[in-house]
Amino acid sequence: MDGFGVTVAFWILAAVTLVAGGGVMVSRNLLHAVLFLILSFIGVAGFFVLLSAEFIAMAQVIIYVGAITVLILFAVLLTPRASRDNSETVWALPGMLLAVCLAAIFLFVVHDTQWKTVTDAPLLTTQDLGHALLGTWVLPFEIASVLLTAALVGAIMLTRSAEEEAEDALA
Amino acid sequence: MSVGIEHFLTVGALLFCLGLAIALSKRNAIGVLMGVELMLNAVNLTLITFSRFAVSERPITGQAFAVFIITVAAAEAAVALALAVSVYRNRETVDVDQLNLLRS
Repeated sequence: MDGFGVTVAFWILAAVTLVAGGGVMVSRNLLHAVLFLILSFIGVAGFFVLLSAEFIAMAQVIIYVGAITVLILFAVLLTPRASRDNSETVWALPGMLLAVCLAAIFLFVVHDTQWKTVTDAPLLTTQDLGHALLGTWVLPFEIASVLLTAALVGAIMLTRSAEEEAEDALA
Repeated sequence: MSVGIEHFLTVGALLFCLGLAIALSKRNAIGVLMGVELMLNAVNLTLITFSRFAVSERPITGQAFAVFIITVAAAEAAVALALAVSVYRNRETVDVDQLNLLRS
């Protein structure tokens, strides 16, 4: 991918995504961590646009930035007496060591492999994605909808209070 | 100066390891969930990168897989946050190192 604009966009997006991810790690307040997480998600959406996957970028903005972070904010607000700090457990140091070792392995593999890449970007439209989802991958697509329904019902069942269940038993 | 597949894969790998470090080290269960979401995002970025760069018969498969990962991530976030709220109702905490009821 040549071009000055693409290169500049890549480095800006990489900086935004990784710095915001680091902000999730270091910020002490849980709400600030959620805001950093939103910024990181938006950076990844920018990467998707850069890789000419517009539909995935749009889905990323709607589902991650719009839905999942709002869900996380609701969970933070619904646990008011729990501690709001974003501190680490005793497993912080081993966890970070493991992550650093894994990053070293990944970076070695990425830079050591001779990737066979295409010179021109494949022309992938949203129409192609729709054909793939409802043609080749129609069975996983339907199973995903069943999974979403099960998750919806499960989330409602898990968060019902004892009083609500007692009311339902009377009715 | 051009941007190649290695650059995108490097960002994906670093984001994955950052998410792993967050998921392993945070005390608050919601913080752990944020790390998991970052890891799923990094995997999506890697899949889309391969869909764009790799030599393949059907490069759209990478994007189709990313759609399924986003779906599963949404379901996982909903159930995990419902669990966190449910645990909070019973224990008044969501710190993962306090949830040791099963410890002998």
